[in-house]
Amino acid sequence: MTVVAGPSGSGKSTLLRLCNRLERPSSGRIWFRGVEIDELDPMALRRRVGMVFQRPTPFGGTVIENLRVADPEIDEPAAGALLTRVGLDATFIGRAAHELSGGEAQRLCLARTLATDPEVLLMDEPTSSVDSRSRAVLEDLARELAVGGVAVVWVTHDMRQLRRLADNVVVMVGGRIAHTGPPESVERDASAAVRAFVAESEGGDE
Amino acid sequence: MTVDIGWTGLVLAFVLVAVAIALSWWQRLALERSLVWASVRALVQLLLVGVALRFVLDADGSIAWAWVWVLLMIVFASFTVRVRAREVPGLWPLAIASFGAAAVVSLGVLFGLGVFALEARTLIPMAGLVVGNSMAATVLVSRRVFEELRDKRDEVEARLALGASSADAARPYVRAALRTALIPQIEATKAVGLVFLPGAMTGLILAGVDPLDAVQVQVAVMYLILGSVATTTVVIALGVSRRLFTTDHRLVRIDRPAA
Repeated sequence: MTVVAGPSGSGKSTLLRLCNRLERPSSGRIWFRGVEIDELDPMALRRRVGMVFQRPTPFGGTVIENLRVADPEIDEPAAGALLTRVGLDATFIGRAAHELSGGEAQRLCLARTLATDPEVLLMDEPTSSVDSRSRAVLEDLARELAVGGVAVVWVTHDMRQLRRLADNVVVMVGGRIAHTGPPESVERDASAAVRAFVAESEGGDE
Repeated sequence: MTVDIGWTGLVLAFVLVAVAIALSWWQRLALERSLVWASVRALVQLLLVGVALRFVLDADGSIAWAWVWVLLMIVFASFTVRVRAREVPGLWPLAIASFGAAAVVSLGVLFGLGVFALEARTLIPMAGLVVGNSMAATVLVSRRVFEELRDKRDEVEARLALGASSADAARPYVRAALRTALIPQIEATKAVGLVFLPGAMTGLILAGVDPLDAVQVQVAVMYLILGSVATTTVVIALGVSRRLFTTDHRLVRIDRPAA
């Protein structure tokens, strides 16, 4: 799992949005498995490169209707199994998605993204507004997916979360990559920008 | 039998405006100037239209001028829509297209099936009904689609991120906007006759036409309005929605109005 860290406004979200083509680069090129992503059909690309956003985005309708936006064919047993993976369960199927708590809604969003069976999972600070149990569920499942071969890119500005999750770290500062390497290398980075970020993140909020 | 109130009648009818002015003055509503201005403006506008209509209708039975009239009407109405929904980008051509589509469909049906005989005398008022009644709904629906896609950006992008095409991602919001715009028209169609006698029928009855004949015309007119409001709003909603996406299915940045 790759964790992208950096202060807010450093371009972490933009980097993720570029990867599934919600944005296009003003310069430079992006490849996915050897193919430049401009040459791929954007809709097909986005199903292979799933994304969970910072704010939960439940759609109107029930939980299963939300899953059907991702996979119109999904039946109740499959939906129940998917919900169980994110720590909800089959009893959630008929509930109105807008009535879920923030954490439940965010877990539904992850389940919805998993319904497309993505090869890459982009997580854009998915735990910044959820309860600790939902955070644990999202982190554990992301680790599990990463072990199972899904490439997970997780954005955070929280050093503790970075240490829990990262195999590799990319630190971004001011729209540029300031550091890459394993998690323990971040604190050893001597550059002022990276040290400022680490100090800020360690001292600050969870 | 026809009704001709003459110039004297018109002046006498102005007494009613005087009543309104007197009431405004009495209750200190400060609406006197607006009342006079609106009344005089309506009179002048309609007189000009009347003179122009007389010319068009008398033009050796040629219908060409009537078509020019219809075109100008569409252009003017589209301009009005653009002004009233200024925040929506590229609305003018879209409005022209939607009024044009509604005119083609509804006039095509009415004249094509021979419900009315195609002549200048029928073409201009029918086109006027199509465009006039669709204007408010067009403004409403274009603003609504624009605001929905702007305010629900997170949801729309989440749908795109699940692999939805821009049309699929926009559909729930476009649908909501269309329902909002069409429901008042449907309600009005249901309530007609019970609450008020609609304009065309009132006019015909005043002019001495048998009420049942007037009803037939009125019903045709109501269907005409319903059909054209539905056509214009669908065309404008899909058009506005399309303009807010790129060809590679991204939602364009929509700047919020400066507060």
